[in-house]
Amino acid sequence: MSAISPREAALSVRGLRKAFGGVPVYDGFSLDVKRGDILAIFGPNGCGKSTLINMAAGLLPADGGEILFDGRIVDEVRIGYVFQNYREALFPWRRAAENIRYPLRRMGLKRAEIERRLEALAADFRVRFDLNAYPYSLSGGQQQLVSIMRALAVEPEVLFLDEPFSALDYETTLSLRTLLQQVLKARKTTTILVSHDLEESIVLADRILMLTRRPTLVADDIAVDLAWPREAATLSAPDFIAIKARCLDVFTRAVAGA
Amino acid sequence: MKALLVPAGGAAGFIALWWLAVLLRLADPVLLPSPLETFNDTAKSFTQGPLLHDLWRTVTRTVLSFLVACAIGVPLGLLLGAKENVYRAVEFVVDFFRSTPASALFPLFLILFGVGEGTKIAVAAFGAALVILFNAAYGVMNARRTRLLAARVMGASPLRVVFDVMLWEAMPQILVGMRSGVSLALVIVVVAEMFIGSTDGLGQRVIVAQSLFESGLMYGVIFVAGALGYLLNLTFLLLEKRFIHWAGK
Ligand SMILES: Nc1ncnc2c1ncn2[C@@H]1O[C@H](COP(=O)(O)OP(=O)(O)OP(=O)(O)O)[C@@H](O)[C@H]1O
Ligand SMILES: [Mg+2]
Repeated sequence: MSAISPREAALSVRGLRKAFGGVPVYDGFSLDVKRGDILAIFGPNGCGKSTLINMAAGLLPADGGEILFDGRIVDEVRIGYVFQNYREALFPWRRAAENIRYPLRRMGLKRAEIERRLEALAADFRVRFDLNAYPYSLSGGQQQLVSIMRALAVEPEVLFLDEPFSALDYETTLSLRTLLQQVLKARKTTTILVSHDLEESIVLADRILMLTRRPTLVADDIAVDLAWPREAATLSAPDFIAIKARCLDVFTRAVAGA
Repeated sequence: MKALLVPAGGAAGFIALWWLAVLLRLADPVLLPSPLETFNDTAKSFTQGPLLHDLWRTVTRTVLSFLVACAIGVPLGLLLGAKENVYRAVEFVVDFFRSTPASALFPLFLILFGVGEGTKIAVAAFGAALVILFNAAYGVMNARRTRLLAARVMGASPLRVVFDVMLWEAMPQILVGMRSGVSLALVIVVVAEMFIGSTDGLGQRVIVAQSLFESGLMYGVIFVAGALGYLLNLTFLLLEKRFIHWAGK
């Protein structure tokens, strides 16, 4: 991985420390994410993936170190966050469209601008279901799509996704994945994706960060130089298979073997 | 239709048993008048006597104390629920007074508010407020953490999180609290009307009818009070069903 100059970094983490009950999860962890990149974070259960993005998103205090977004702290930037459990992240007392408008209202945008963004998102994601429905009457995939739209509505400088597809079936995952990569690349949204699925990480990411067991370190940092858009054929391309083999190799040595 | 027929059958059975007891002279007719006599006495008191006014007084007192209870219980419950360690500190006091029979507090409230409307409403509001507060606090403490975090990430201030998320998360529980609260308020109001300086209200009417041996009217007022309690409960059940459309989904 070539070095990322400070001016290119949308997010930089320096010397991050975090422990739970005296047991360290991070002890001097650093990371830079290039503006516009999609970074996938892949690692074993409990290695601290959620902890990392929660600290970056300002949902959890760090014990030490620094997390800056282009030189600013999280309170000074717009971020988006998609939770794994869409059922518990959407507001069931608001209609889907009202869920998406919510962060825009908090930003104090004019009504016309809010509607413009809502329509643009609905078009980008080819929404065919009724956005005036309540979330609980939508399918799981539709609900997670609403969560993603809500997170993207603010045009975030960094988008965090914590295992966004893990509760969805394979077919839904494939179609959401395809839509998401189109939108993220078209909007050049810097994204950090936590995933448990190696194939998904490779297909969606510009770069994969493989983490070790705790105290968590970077086992490998792999650039994914596959062309966009990535389609079904990508999965059987030689480059894809080579990257996957390398990831599996790192995984067996650094994670499973340890 | 069947949902209505079955309870109606039960009620008819109850009246039939009552009538049978009257026909068999199981009790002194002065103590146990027939259903028809009860109905006639009650209807007469509604149209020519004070019963409509009494009903109205009891309803206003109950509603007033319920509103006071909500105005205190809901915001305070939300606040305490949001600060869980503060709630833990006051939990014992809340539980203690929630378990104290409100009627035992009459003398105290008489000293504080004097012999008037204020006392009846204050005691009822006090009892109901604790129930509502307790439920609101628990509703907030059981709020989904993810939703609170989601609101925070979307730039909601702490106060907005309270009103946009915690209040809604607690709403089903708050309505349960309101339902128990309004029933409790009615109980306290009726007892207060019997014993603390009243000239009207259902409680007063029951006790006057009893002392004048107007047993038909006495039974009638008891049924009116029962119907009032039942309707209040039903109203809140329907409100819960309609308003909390997302509950359990
Ligand atoms: N609030 C907390 N209190 C105590 N320990 C915690 C807390 N949150 C996380 N941990 C611990 O920190 C470690 C990292 O947790 P984290 O949720 O970040 O892992 P993860 O990589 O996201 O795992 P998964 O793949 O299961 O989602 C785990 O061992 C977990 O038990
Ligand atoms: Mg996790």
